[in-house]
Amino acid sequence: MNQNPIWKYLVLVLIVVPAFLYALPNVYGEDPGIQIAGVRGAEVTQSTLSLVTNLVRDAGMEPVATSLDNTGIRLRFADTSEQLKARELITSNLGAGYTVALGLMPAMPDWLANLGAVPMYLGLDLRGGVHFLMQVDIPSAQERAKASYVDDIRTLLREENIRHRGVRLQADGSILIKFRDIGTRDLGYDQIVRNYIELSGVPNDEAEFPELLLTVSEARLKEVGDFALQQNITALRSRIDELGVSEPVIQRQGADRIVVQLPGVQDTARAKDILGRTATLEVMLVDEDNDISSSIRSVAPAGSKIYRFRDGQPILLKKQMIYSGENIIDAGSGFNNLTGGAIVNLTLDSKGSAINRRITGENIGNRMAILYVENQREAKLDAAGNSVLDEQGNEIFIAKRIEEVITAPVIRDQLGKRFQISGLESNAEAQDLALLLRAGSLATPVFIIEERTVGPSLGKENIEKGFKSVVGGLIAVLIFMTLYYRVFGLVACTALTLNLVIIVAVLSLFQATLTLPGVAGMVLTVGMAVDANVLIFERIREELRAISGPQVSIHRGYEQAFSTIIDANVTTLIAALVLFNFGTGPIKGFAITLSIGILTSMVTAIFVTRILVNLIYGKRRVENLAI
Amino acid sequence: MQILNKETQIPFLSWRLIGAILSVVLIASSISSLMARGLLLGLDFTGGTLVELQYQSSVDISDVRQTLAEVGYGDSVVQYFGTARDVMVRVPLSGETQDAEFSTRLVEALRVPFSEVGLSSTGVTGKQQCSVEGSIAICEVQLQRVEFVGPQFGAELLDKGLSALMWALGGILIYVMFRFEWRFALASVIALIHDVLITLGFFSIFGVEFSLPVLAALLAVIGYSLNDTIVVFDRIRENFRTLMEASTEQVIERAINQTLPRTILTSVTTMLVLLSLYFYGGEVLAGFSLAMIIGVIIGTYSSVFIASPAVYSLGVSREDLLPPDKDDKTVEGELLP
Repeated sequence: MNQNPIWKYLVLVLIVVPAFLYALPNVYGEDPGIQIAGVRGAEVTQSTLSLVTNLVRDAGMEPVATSLDNTGIRLRFADTSEQLKARELITSNLGAGYTVALGLMPAMPDWLANLGAVPMYLGLDLRGGVHFLMQVDIPSAQERAKASYVDDIRTLLREENIRHRGVRLQADGSILIKFRDIGTRDLGYDQIVRNYIELSGVPNDEAEFPELLLTVSEARLKEVGDFALQQNITALRSRIDELGVSEPVIQRQGADRIVVQLPGVQDTARAKDILGRTATLEVMLVDEDNDISSSIRSVAPAGSKIYRFRDGQPILLKKQMIYSGENIIDAGSGFNNLTGGAIVNLTLDSKGSAINRRITGENIGNRMAILYVENQREAKLDAAGNSVLDEQGNEIFIAKRIEEVITAPVIRDQLGKRFQISGLESNAEAQDLALLLRAGSLATPVFIIEERTVGPSLGKENIEKGFKSVVGGLIAVLIFMTLYYRVFGLVACTALTLNLVIIVAVLSLFQATLTLPGVAGMVLTVGMAVDANVLIFERIREELRAISGPQVSIHRGYEQAFSTIIDANVTTLIAALVLFNFGTGPIKGFAITLSIGILTSMVTAIFVTRILVNLIYGKRRVENLAI
Repeated sequence: MQILNKETQIPFLSWRLIGAILSVVLIASSISSLMARGLLLGLDFTGGTLVELQYQSSVDISDVRQTLAEVGYGDSVVQYFGTARDVMVRVPLSGETQDAEFSTRLVEALRVPFSEVGLSSTGVTGKQQCSVEGSIAICEVQLQRVEFVGPQFGAELLDKGLSALMWALGGILIYVMFRFEWRFALASVIALIHDVLITLGFFSIFGVEFSLPVLAALLAVIGYSLNDTIVVFDRIRENFRTLMEASTEQVIERAINQTLPRTILTSVTTMLVLLSLYFYGGEVLAGFSLAMIIGVIIGTYSSVFIASPAVYSLGVSREDLLPPDKDDKTVEGELLP
C-alpha cells in the first residue's frame, strides 16, 4: 500500500520537465525589436537581411539578434533608443514596398526557441495597445446592391426592347416595375428571372398598370453582406500594414463586426482616423455644354449634377463616373515644385488606364474633375436640431456622403497609366489620401462601437500589479498550508507551485491571451486549487480519528475524496465555460486561466501529492502522520 | 495545527429557521435596494468614454474641470486616480460623445492649456510626443488609457451578461440533477440565486460600480459557492449509504459538521488570495475582488445554512439516493459492509 509504481514517476517526469521548459521563456522577458515585411509583392530575402544588418552596424549599433522567416525579418535591440534610431534608418533606406514595424520580441536563448517554446501571449491590457470593435454597416451595402439591381433591370429591359413605365426601389427594399400591358409584363418578368435567379417576382394585375414586384433573395443579401465584411477586413488589413504595426489582429466577429487589435500602438487618434475612413476618389467629366448658373436656378440637366469645390464654388459634372479609387493600384504623395502644393501621384490598373486613355483622348480641351468621396455617420436631427431617438432611446444615425471636388483641371494631353492630382490642402492630407487609395476603400462604412486603449507604461504597471498579487496570494497560502498541515502542507505547497508553473506553460504553449482578469483567474486558482488537498487531508484526519492506521488513512483519504473533488470541480468548470462563451476580451482571459487552472489543479493536487506522500510515508512503518 | 480537532456537533438543521430569517432579511433589503436605487452601472454597460491621463507634474483638478467646461464637456466626471498627477475623466454618452473620436478631441482640448499638440506616431515604447511652440517635446498630458463603449453595445453587454448568469444556473441545475437528484439541484440553485442576489444587493446598497469584471466575479462566485455546496451534498449522499440507522436529519447534520473544517479552510485560503488581489491588483481588479470577497462569504454561509437545510425541507429521503434498481429493502441491507 502507498507505494509508487515506476510508471507514476515516468508520468511525473513527463509533466514536470515540459512544464518547466515551456514556462521558462517567460523568465527572459522581451527586447525592443523591429519587424520588416514585404508588401505588394516585395519579398524579404537573405540579401534584404544583410542589407539591413549592415545599415544598422554602419551606424554603430549592434542588434542583439536577427532572424528571417516567412513572416519577415526581425531585429532585436538592447534598448528602445537604438530601436527607434534603427527604424528611422531602415525606413529611409529601404523605401516603399516594405513595412517597418516596432514591436517587442522574446529575449530567450535560441535553444528554447528551437524547442518551439514561446512566452505567454499578453493581452493588450498588459502589453499596451488598442482594441477596437467595429460595426460594419451591412444594411447600407445591401441597399446599394438593391439600387444597382434597379439600374441593371433598366438596362436589361432597354436592351431587350421591353417598354416599361418605370422601375423604382421602394422604401421596404422591394423593386416595383410598372408595364403598359400584361403581355410586356410577362415578357419582362421572363427576362428578369432568366437573368437574375436571385430575384423573385410577384405580378399584380389589379393596379392601374400591370405591375411586377421583385424582391432580392435573403441568400443573396447575406452574400452581399459577407462579401462587404470580407472586403472590409482586407482593406483594414492593408491599412494597418501601411501603419506599420507588428502582430496586428484583424478578425471577423459574428455577422457584422470586426475586431482590430493593434499591440503597442500609442497614437490611437491616427489609427482611428485611418481605419474608419471610407475616402476614395471618383473621376468625372465636367459638363461643358450646359450653363452652371441656370442649373443652379432651376434644375440640373439630365445626366448631370451640381457638385461643389471645397470652397463652396459650384461645378456641373456629368454623372457618369469614368473610373474610381478601385482602379487605382498605387498612390504616393509628393510635392509640386512649380506650384508649391502637395500632390498625389496615381497609378491606374489596366482597365483604368485604358478608360483614362480613351476618355482623355476624346476630351482634350475639356475639364476632368477629381471628386473626393467619403461616407460618414452622423446623428439624425429633427427640424429643431435635436437628435432623433429610436424606441430604446438611442440616437439614430444616418450615413452621410461627403462629395467634394478636389480639382478640375483642363485636359491638355492624353493621359494614361500614371498621372498626378493637385489641389490638396496640405502635405498630411496628400499622405493620408495616398495611403487610403493604396490600401483600397472600404466596401461599406465601419464604426467603432468599442475602444479599449492601454498605454505601454500602464500595461507594464498592470503586469507588475498582476505579478505582485499572484506572488502575494501564493506566499500567503503556502505559509498557511504549511502551518496547518505541516509535512502534508509542504506537499500541497509543492503541488500548488507546480500547478502555477503548469498553467504558465499551458498558456505559453497554446498562446492563449493572458489578460489582467486572466491573472485574477490564476490568483483565484491558487486559492481554490488547494481545496482538493484540503478535502483529502481532512479525510485522512477523519480516518486517523477513527483509529485507522496511518497507511490505511492515507489510502482511504485519497480514495474517498476523489469523487467529491471531481464533482466540485466539474461544477466550477461549468461556470467557467459559460463565462468563456459569453466573455469579451479580458473576461475571456479570466475564463481561460480559471478553466486551465481547474483542470491542472486536479492533476497536481491528486496525482502529484500522492506520489510525494507515498515517497515520504510509503514502504515503512509510520507511527504518526505530520498532518 | 487543527482548528477543529474533533468532529463538531453543531445542530445546523435546528438553526435553519434563524438562517432562513437572516437570508430573507438580506434578500429583501437587496431586492428593495435593487428596485429603488438600482445598480451603479459602469461604463461597460451604460456606454460612454473614460480617459485616464498622466500629467508630467501634479495638476489641479479644478483646472482640468474648467478646461473641459470651456469646451463644452461640463458634464464630465473628473477625479484623481492614485496620485495628483493621474487624472481620470469620465464622460457620459450624449450627442457629440457617441463616437470613438471623442476621446481624441478630449485629449486635444486638455493639451491646449499647455499649448501642445500631439504628434502622430505609432511607436511602441516611450512617452507620447507633442509639438510645443514649434519644437518637439514629451507631452505634459500623457494618455494612459481609453475606454469607449458605444450606445447599443453597452446594452448588449449587459444583456449578454445576464443571460450568461441564467445559462450558468441552468447548466448547474442539469448537472446536479444528473449526478444527484432534483431536490439537490433545486436546493443548490436556490442557494446560488441567494448568493447572487445578496452580492448584487451589496453593490446596490453601497453604491459600488457594477462593471464587466464584477459580472465575471459573480459567475466565479456561482462556481465557488456551488463547489462548497457540492462537497456537503456529496457527504450527505455518502452518509445515507453508510449510516443506515441515522434519520435524514442526523445524516444531513452530520454531513455539514464533517465537512465544516474543509468549508472553513478553503474559504480561508480563497480569502487570502482575494485579499492579495484586492490590495495589489489595482483599480481594474478591485471591483472584481470585492465582489468575490462578498460572494465567498455569502457562498460559504449559504452552503451551510441554506443549501443543505433546503434539501432537508424539500423532503429528501434515503430512498431517493440509493441505486434505483435496488428498491427492495432487504437487498439494500445486504449491500452494506
